[in-house]
Amino acid sequence: MKLHELSLKEQLTGLKEGSFSSTELTQHYLDRISNFDKDLNSFITVTEDSALNQAKESDKRYKSNKALPLDGIPIAHKDIFCTEDILTTCGSKMLSNFKAPYSSTVVSNLSSDGVVVLGKTNMDEFAMGSSNETSFFGPVKNPWNKEYVPGGSSGGSAACVSAQLASAATATDTGGSIRQPAALCGLTGIKPTYGRVSRYGMIAFASSLDQGGVLARSAEDSAILLESMSGYDPKDSTSLNEDVPNFLENLDSPIKGMKIGMPKEFFERDLPNHVESSTKEAIETYKDLGAEICEISLPNVDLSLPVYYIIAPAECSANLSRYDGVRYGYRCENPKDIEDLYMRTRKEGFGAEVKRRILIGTYALSAGYYDAYYLKAQKCRRLVANDFTEAFKSVDLILSPTTPDTSFKAGEKSDDPIEMYLQDIFTIPANLAGLPGISFPCGNHEGLPLGVQLVGDSLKEAQLFQAAHQFQKVTDWHKKLPEVK
Amino acid sequence: MALSDKELNEIAYLARINIDKDSFPALKGELEQILDLFEKLNLAETDEVEAMSHPLNLSQPTRPDEVTEEDQREKLQETAPSVQSGLFLVPKVIEGEN
Amino acid sequence: MTVFNESWEAVIGLEIHVQLATNSKLFSGASTNFGALPNTQACNIDLALPGVLPVLNEEVLKMAVKLGKALNANINSPTSFARKNYFYPDSPKGYQISQMDKPIVEDGFLDIELEDGTSKRIGVTRAHLEEDAGKSLHEDFEGQSGIDLNRAGTPLIEIVSEPDINSPEEAVAYLKSIHSIIRYLEISDGNMAEGSMRCDANVSVRKIGSDELGTRTETKNVNSFRFVEKAILYEIERQISEIESGNTITQETRLYDSQANTTRPMRTKEYANDYRYFPEPDLLPVVLEDKFIKETLEQMPEMPNEKKLRFVNEYELSEYDSSLLAADKDLANFFEEVTDESKSAKLSANWIMGELSAELNKDNLHILNSKISAKQLGQLIKRIEDSTISGKIAKDVFEKMWSSGDEVDAIIEKEGLQQVTDLSEIESMVDRVINENPDQLKQYLSGKDRLFGFFVGQVMKESQGKANPAQVNEILKEKLKE
Repeated sequence: MKLHELSLKEQLTGLKEGSFSSTELTQHYLDRISNFDKDLNSFITVTEDSALNQAKESDKRYKSNKALPLDGIPIAHKDIFCTEDILTTCGSKMLSNFKAPYSSTVVSNLSSDGVVVLGKTNMDEFAMGSSNETSFFGPVKNPWNKEYVPGGSSGGSAACVSAQLASAATATDTGGSIRQPAALCGLTGIKPTYGRVSRYGMIAFASSLDQGGVLARSAEDSAILLESMSGYDPKDSTSLNEDVPNFLENLDSPIKGMKIGMPKEFFERDLPNHVESSTKEAIETYKDLGAEICEISLPNVDLSLPVYYIIAPAECSANLSRYDGVRYGYRCENPKDIEDLYMRTRKEGFGAEVKRRILIGTYALSAGYYDAYYLKAQKCRRLVANDFTEAFKSVDLILSPTTPDTSFKAGEKSDDPIEMYLQDIFTIPANLAGLPGISFPCGNHEGLPLGVQLVGDSLKEAQLFQAAHQFQKVTDWHKKLPEVK
Repeated sequence: MALSDKELNEIAYLARINIDKDSFPALKGELEQILDLFEKLNLAETDEVEAMSHPLNLSQPTRPDEVTEEDQREKLQETAPSVQSGLFLVPKVIEGEN
Repeated sequence: MTVFNESWEAVIGLEIHVQLATNSKLFSGASTNFGALPNTQACNIDLALPGVLPVLNEEVLKMAVKLGKALNANINSPTSFARKNYFYPDSPKGYQISQMDKPIVEDGFLDIELEDGTSKRIGVTRAHLEEDAGKSLHEDFEGQSGIDLNRAGTPLIEIVSEPDINSPEEAVAYLKSIHSIIRYLEISDGNMAEGSMRCDANVSVRKIGSDELGTRTETKNVNSFRFVEKAILYEIERQISEIESGNTITQETRLYDSQANTTRPMRTKEYANDYRYFPEPDLLPVVLEDKFIKETLEQMPEMPNEKKLRFVNEYELSEYDSSLLAADKDLANFFEEVTDESKSAKLSANWIMGELSAELNKDNLHILNSKISAKQLGQLIKRIEDSTISGKIAKDVFEKMWSSGDEVDAIIEKEGLQQVTDLSEIESMVDRVINENPDQLKQYLSGKDRLFGFFVGQVMKESQGKANPAQVNEILKEKLKE
């Protein structure tokens, strides 16, 4: 078996047993990146030299029996995580020259567990998009079919893991940016409970919704990586001061008797046959595994999309005000006065989707519209969250398709913002409620993967991993990988 | 929902984003479409509902009043667009204007 | 220009920004020291680098709780933060973290004392926490401005009064009262020249008897007690003149120019003041536990009003003297130290507010920098009380102490200034004076009683001021009878 075909867990075992070195593994991935990524465009920055140095250090630790928990595993970071002295662009022209002077907590946590960082992955600009077409660094292609999009906003992370250019990758999810590309690229992706992973150094899109997570090839690999990333961080006031449980402990426990709810509002939608059938098939698998399946109701869940598209832009309109051409980042040429500096820097530095959202958010917060839009959205957010609280009184997990369909062709939706927004109808509710969600492969239609999503109650990531892992023990959708040429 | 040209100009100014004359009508149309999406919220009865500004229902932690940051000016200004004598330079700011 | 007369009433509210004297910033661990090299105290959080997050300084909560108590106000728990959105180069995030719906302090009041001895209650609407901005420097950059963000993120508390103030004098009295409180609480040095206390004034005028409020203006950038008085008076008179000339007042923000003593409008776009406040999603609501509030309040010092009452009761000082001394915490402490040494509160108060204040004013010194220590002044007063020296001699000794820094007894000793209390010595001086002034003696004996004072003066002169005046009086009366 080739090194890149091994799972993260198998690679760890191989490194421990000395079957191969981290240097070999890292070089292998770097070669694949240089061979295949010109076309895929999943990386914005490849940190070849520092990756090989890190691998060398890791090999030394293995030799001296001082190996760290994730020692020598080559991963990639979404370019939204600040990495000290390395370009951190957030997919934007605005930060196209920005070398972060500090590292995010996620990056530091993983590094102190010994990972090797191959580089920074492409993404929708400031994490706003569902197709990875809004990046200043060009679109990313779906390794399953290069005419199709990998999803977004963590499209680069998804494409590089799917194409086996990295063992796994970090990602972020504000309305589905981990789970939707996971579904579209045939990966397992987890967005943990809000506050589980520190947001310090993770460039903000919408602060009350953003959460870091993982894209990997299996639930098990995701669990290994998430455990390292997670934990209380005094630098993030909204990080949860809760112990991180051992996510691997219960993976192999049977899920007999686990209650899984199917929200009728999701299944009443006009879903394409292949989505419906693959989801039903997943449900059958869970029945076979001994889970109890029942229909539940999330009566306000249809409000999620408008609530999200008010709250996320409102928060982003403030979060992105710091990009003003004064202290770092892009500045327009020859500003004639301070207003000109602001107006042109932001016009030239931001792409169309980012500008649309800033303008919508500014409008929703402006005098006269605050109550009708922003405040109303906050109240409706409560309604959506309450629906989940109610549902989790009777079920353990909530199952739905991850996306309304398989991937779509590049350019197909890029001129229609609303069509693009609909990509996230199944994923957004978990962000509004701050709940953990996982997506994993459950089918394939015309050569493109399909995903199923499980949402758990607050802090129940271990249960999500367990349910996904049990599914992956009896199915092999997650083992199917695109052939990269 | 209809967005007037004046409103769009004002929010563009508040957001400090210059909009080209050429792209103005298309942008206005897109924003109106997005605003239409929000109409659905009017169907929800929310008079008795408390606004939810955050998913966590916890109290803000605090830190002790200690100086923990050292001077890192040089490093922090490495990618600054324009710096002189440690100051970030911008076109002349006239006091009291905004 | 004195158009502010009996037919007009001014309605004034003050917004006072007080920089809190913490070691580190409101939301970052950077130092708040004044006067460092540009941007050396601005960390990644203060510069609003991508990905940074605020973490709240606990000390500011304590300071705000104490201030709330001193302002007889409610402490809100939970209290929450909001973003106030505006672009300005000294505001690095493009928004300021402030408070909107749930300010930490709300609904208080302050009783201020006016010069005519009456007191007036001024309502305090709220006091909220927020971040200070950086500074824009305009010189020496070839037509560009330089941005220094050392001050960005320094904690401020903004104290907003009700429009209960009706004259520039009341405004100053209120401002001084706030100044006194923040100094007492040691939450700020209150230095207006360095900007650690800043004042904006909302001013409107109306005809006496009118129920309707006039259109108000907000005057910014007023940075001394004197300027607050002048700026408000200017604005009142400007508004009255405008109205009397048939013009209307525009609701606007104006800047005070202390050199020209005028205010001028700031140029703004009308809709540019839409700050789009919304709850700060990077910070959670702050719950102030009862225990926290209780422990904080246990650290409250005696406040000016309490101290004033105590001075009246404990030292039997007048209300006026007590409030003058209690207004400045350091002055009050000085007074108590002097009294501790001298054992005479009344005399100590008189000396502090008389001689000492005059010298301090002359040299433009604060009480903490007095050239005579409290102990030294106490010893001087003790020497008056035990009749070692007279009050008049004491003034000379005071001058000498002020210039040389020497101790009281050393000066008395060195200069031979002990009071003469030896009766025979005084008698012989009296005899000499009577003998040397036969004319005056004749006139006195013929009924010109007023000349008694002349003889006292001559004896005192003879003794170089050292004779005990009471004894001189007694002996003179005896001798002149003969």
